[in-house]
Amino acid sequence: MKAPEDFQKRTLFFYRQMLLIRRFEEKVAQMYGEGYVTGFCHLYIGQEAVATGAIGTLNPQDYVFASYREHPHPILKGTDPKRVMAELFGKKSGCSQGKGGSMHLFDVEKGFLGGHAIVAGHCPLAAGTAFASKYLGNGRVSLCFFGDGATNQGVFHETLNLAAMWELPVVFICENNRYGMGTAIERTTKIYDIAKKASGYAMPHEQVDGMDVEAVYQATKKAVERARQENTPTLLEAVTYRFKGHSMSDPAHYRTKEELEEQKERDPLRKIRDQLLVEKSVTEEDFKEMEKGVKGVLDEAVRFAMESEFPSYEDIFADVYA
Amino acid sequence: MLKKITYREALNEALVEEMERDPAVVLIGEEVGQYDGAYKVSQGLLKKFGEKRVIDTPITEAGFAGLGIGAAMGGLRPVVEMMTFNFALLALDQIVNGAAKMRYMSGGQVKVPCVIRGPGGAAHQLAAQHSQCFESTFASVPGLKVVMPSTSRDAKGLLKSAIRDDNPVIFIEGEILYGSVGDVPEGEYLIPIGVGDIKREGSDVTIIAHSKMVYVALTAAKRLEEFGISAEVLDLRTIRPLDEELIVQSVRKTHRCVIVEEGWHFYGVGAQVADVIYNHIFDELDAPIRRVTGLDVPMPYSKPLEHQVIPDAHRVIDAVRDVLYMKG
Repeated sequence: MKAPEDFQKRTLFFYRQMLLIRRFEEKVAQMYGEGYVTGFCHLYIGQEAVATGAIGTLNPQDYVFASYREHPHPILKGTDPKRVMAELFGKKSGCSQGKGGSMHLFDVEKGFLGGHAIVAGHCPLAAGTAFASKYLGNGRVSLCFFGDGATNQGVFHETLNLAAMWELPVVFICENNRYGMGTAIERTTKIYDIAKKASGYAMPHEQVDGMDVEAVYQATKKAVERARQENTPTLLEAVTYRFKGHSMSDPAHYRTKEELEEQKERDPLRKIRDQLLVEKSVTEEDFKEMEKGVKGVLDEAVRFAMESEFPSYEDIFADVYA
Repeated sequence: MLKKITYREALNEALVEEMERDPAVVLIGEEVGQYDGAYKVSQGLLKKFGEKRVIDTPITEAGFAGLGIGAAMGGLRPVVEMMTFNFALLALDQIVNGAAKMRYMSGGQVKVPCVIRGPGGAAHQLAAQHSQCFESTFASVPGLKVVMPSTSRDAKGLLKSAIRDDNPVIFIEGEILYGSVGDVPEGEYLIPIGVGDIKREGSDVTIIAHSKMVYVALTAAKRLEEFGISAEVLDLRTIRPLDEELIVQSVRKTHRCVIVEEGWHFYGVGAQVADVIYNHIFDELDAPIRRVTGLDVPMPYSKPLEHQVIPDAHRVIDAVRDVLYMKG
């Protein structure tokens, strides 16, 4: 959803959104523990500022593609959290009718074109919708999220080359959380500043603090405008960190406790919370109210997911072909 | 009214007609524009439709196939040309994990009306990496349709249907069929995907083939006539979905079946066709089904070796005599 123009309103708007997706993920972790959510489940906790700031720049008809760590992205694009939770439960009322699950959330009506579970596999798809938008002249921009691990895949580079060459209205956003599953970035590439990889394709690029929602917003806004007005693609790198393991099954032994604690100092929610308190625009009471509001939304989402039906046997065979 | 045109011209006509009919149809691929097509299928299209709709790509199969699939998700109807299907392996992830799955895993929200087309099979002495048949690879994936025309008429009618189809269609052309000439109706016509064709009527045995093996089957059938054997030749035309009804109908009439394909024996198209027959009319068979296939080796370069690897009429005749118990 598009963020307000006014800085103060926007800050509060971002805080509410980040709070919602943080608590959403915590609820998902709980539901996973209780056995309602199964399969692979990758949480976004710690990275909230990236998707929130970036998607806050978009019009409703713009497209968003994401990787398998994508529960917040459709919610930020406008999908009802109920339908996301129901999808994680594998229910027919889910945003992909229970066929996609955690890694394949979709909401075409809201312009969310999916969570994709092959690393970098969705990069050319986003360039493709951008190609179509330019061809049709509909002014839509495509935003494509992926992790740092994706930037070593061939198809990522093929896509950057095509997008630059053909001047497509697409913004690539690397959610650089420093680990491709359990392998640290230093062990996979010589270029730790992912944004620089765009210079091989003469593509504008920028690195931003992925824990600072306003910084992500401003950088993405600039990139989206450039895409919309000049058909120039951009590679943005948001330097962030995931506070949990790669997936629910990962205890993250490959990193130290100290590193995690140090990174938690950068918590994007705490940063805004402190800022708002200092400005005295929001009180402790207000924060409590917000928490209560979010809790209500999530309780309702869980109730909806629990009460919804599983797809039927006939549904297995539906939608293989159009 | 019929006119005689080559298979290549038929495909070209299909592209021209569909691009004229629907501005959402674009052609994307290596050398499709300025070079006029590596196999000249897209000859004249750049001149006619311009750079916006006939788009030359760098050599980057996964990239431009994925881009085409994404463009289909974004409202276009792209035709993505693979210079040969051997190169389509580089785009296999995009086709199998992307195009084929997008609709299902989105719960029916996404539509991928994209054609991925180009030549497949052996040409003349192109050796192991340029002479392969991948129809069974693609056809085993739910979500994809696989079409392989043998004649000019089928090529045009089926490509037009493929472009209008709302699903990803793998359209494999016979590399050595491009210059073959056939009758094509004047004016517009469509051939539905999923419908096979009897290319020659017969009563003693059904020979099932697709793409260029249809001609091998027809040659064999003609020679068999000299022995007083009446062979029916069934052209599958579509590998997925299979025209099971036509297959069953024909074998029910002849009670004997030989399946010919250029590709490898293991897990080939013929195995699936045989499965259909065994499941539906096992009791009506008067002999076990015989499969004539490419030999189970990478394609050798040397001419006499290549000829032995690819099925020919002799091997088909041999198999027919076998199912008619005429040997020994």
